[in-house]
Amino acid sequence: MTLDALNYWVSFILMMIGFFGIVSSGNLLKKLICLTIFQVSALLFYISVGYVKGAAAPIIKDVIIDYVNPLPHVLMLTAIVVGVASMAVGLAITVRIKEEYGTIEEDEIAELDFKKHKRESKKK
Amino acid sequence: MIDILHNINLVANILILVFLLCIGVSVVRARNLLVASVLLGIFSILMATEYLVLAAPDVAITEASVGAGISTVLLLLGIFLVGEKEKRVKGRKLLPFIMVVSIAAMLVYASGGLPVFGSGSSPAQSGVASYYTKNSVIETGVPNVVTAVLASYRGYDTFGETLVIFTAGIAVLMLLGKFGKNKNKT
Amino acid sequence: MQEIVVLRVVVRLLLPFILMYALYILFHGEVSPGGGFQAGVIFAAGFIAYSLVNDLASLQKILPHFVVRIINALGVLIYAGVGVTTMFMGGRFLGFSAFRVLPADGQKLGIMLVEVGIGMVVFSVIMLVFYSFGERSGDDS
Repeated sequence: MTLDALNYWVSFILMMIGFFGIVSSGNLLKKLICLTIFQVSALLFYISVGYVKGAAAPIIKDVIIDYVNPLPHVLMLTAIVVGVASMAVGLAITVRIKEEYGTIEEDEIAELDFKKHKRESKKK
Repeated sequence: MIDILHNINLVANILILVFLLCIGVSVVRARNLLVASVLLGIFSILMATEYLVLAAPDVAITEASVGAGISTVLLLLGIFLVGEKEKRVKGRKLLPFIMVVSIAAMLVYASGGLPVFGSGSSPAQSGVASYYTKNSVIETGVPNVVTAVLASYRGYDTFGETLVIFTAGIAVLMLLGKFGKNKNKT
Repeated sequence: MQEIVVLRVVVRLLLPFILMYALYILFHGEVSPGGGFQAGVIFAAGFIAYSLVNDLASLQKILPHFVVRIINALGVLIYAGVGVTTMFMGGRFLGFSAFRVLPADGQKLGIMLVEVGIGMVVFSVIMLVFYSFGERSGDDS
């Protein structure tokens, strides 16, 4: 347990901080922001796995030296852009929820849904 | 000389990771959503610097431009439409806190079983990666191994991912645009 | 919105450099860090900066909604089209070696075309999302 594994620990702790934010906050937009923190720290973990000490970035020069593992970089490039696309869709859904219910707090939405359900079952 | 450079890498690594932890905690604790999204932009730029320290320039460019640029703008647009105050909720924080602390403790303990950070002989390095770095220039003529793997060796995955981004754009158009349910609005 | 002179002047000066830098990252992505994703995002960031300083309406005069949708579909078409073209030339789907006699030359051409396609899709999706949010409120902050 030297200081070398600090990368792994910080990525796990950041993941758990983001997860705590998702679970414990009632605001839908805050949940989205903490989901972004969760995702970014998962990327940090993968790139730390691919790191080789004393090696260069994976752009081949003529001199023969060590290179960092290029495979996690490729996968994380994909993950970042897909992450922002899904955040955009999440924001669009939140905007529509605000227009339909008037609020984006979770418990108020559940209450409004419950009242609407009771009204509709009384009508029947 | 290499020793001093290596030490600077380690010092920068530790500093950036400590900053990341502090900013992560303050994003979760922020009550005003505008503050939270600006802090998220700072978080993304720090993460991009950390990727540079870990020798990943492609990922650093993408994270800096997407996280600190586009993501912040989209969040600010969303907050403008939705409202920026977060309601204070009482009494639902103890159980998640216990659960999160126990999961974090288990993960930190289990990270002792991971291969040593930065070793050149871990299972992640001995596999396809050495084949890619050796044969990328010969087979594809492109010195940037990340671009060669992304576009040529793993072209199918990138094709699927382009389709995913395309679908996300169409989904946002259908939810918020002038099509679908909103023909009578605007 | 109250006009801030410094912002207008700086964005007007910087905008061509931002767009040129995005194209540089796109085409130089084979030799230096870069590629299609980064180029598309930076290209979109330039236009978004212009729209934040001026109106959304003035951006829509330069870059109308239907043009962005056409670029979106064109990007996916270029990517899939390269794959189908290599099939017609006797190779496999997305097997770029079929373009030229030497496989390495064919790979370089195929990689460049594919990166252009990816850049177009990413740029247009970010612009579409920005337009959708901006038109919703009628004004952007």
